[in-house]
Amino acid sequence: MNNQINPHQWVEEHADYLYTYTIARINDEEQAKDLVQETFLAALEKVDKFEGKSSERTWLTAILRNKIVDVYRKKSSGLVNTDVNKAEQEQADFFNEDDGHWNSERAPQQFGIDNHDPIINKEFNQIMQQCMQKLPALWMSVFTMKHMDDETTDIICAELKLTASNFWVIIHRTKLNLRACLQKNWI
Amino acid sequence: MGPLKKIAYNCKKATFLIEKKLIAKITLREQLELRYHLFGCGVCRIYQKQTGKINEMVHQLFHASVNTKLNDSFKKDLQHRIEEELNKD
Repeated sequence: MNNQINPHQWVEEHADYLYTYTIARINDEEQAKDLVQETFLAALEKVDKFEGKSSERTWLTAILRNKIVDVYRKKSSGLVNTDVNKAEQEQADFFNEDDGHWNSERAPQQFGIDNHDPIINKEFNQIMQQCMQKLPALWMSVFTMKHMDDETTDIICAELKLTASNFWVIIHRTKLNLRACLQKNWI
Repeated sequence: MGPLKKIAYNCKKATFLIEKKLIAKITLREQLELRYHLFGCGVCRIYQKQTGKINEMVHQLFHASVNTKLNDSFKKDLQHRIEEELNKD
């Protein structure tokens, strides 16, 4: 049986879900609301193309997802990325130039994470989120697509217009900063 | 410097390979280089443990179903807007 579509029930049935989905990927309430609204309006225009192969919710989410990726693209293509420069600066002294080893002052040390039972707790969430918010928009986009949506490397590169080597550099740099930030701020 | 010596003194490359390996396959040569580096580098061994742990935690954080609700007046306006569009046709 084909799935049905009923715009009269959209807000009631899907708005909270779509909003939660968006907030998790774009941490900005106003922008998230706009995206949910735009998604419904864009969907209305394509209602006749809905073939009922997927559920209404899956179909709406796919439209929303594309809009979120648009936002990622726009955010990360802005001028010369000063936020990327800043983030790269942060890790400029992580490794010694002369011997290639970790700078002893910046080197990973054991901290709370090592014997932390990976059960979600409030404090961890807060520190993690603070540290993620310091990431440049482009790095955050790559990180979210990889870890939240488990997208393939090829898809991420195509959608954010990255080369594969660019992608790997970002993956590496993101984690260097994130780990350092966690070590610094762990309670 | 021979290739093995090169990797032994390159924590940046080693951490790069650690990250790549968490997501994709690294070549046999890269695997050997990484293993050689980790054998002699305790700091990168700590890094490897921590970064794996961070991935696990991020995964849980991202997949925890925290339901965020829109307020009712926004929803009401939104459905109203949809009805308007539907009536246009």
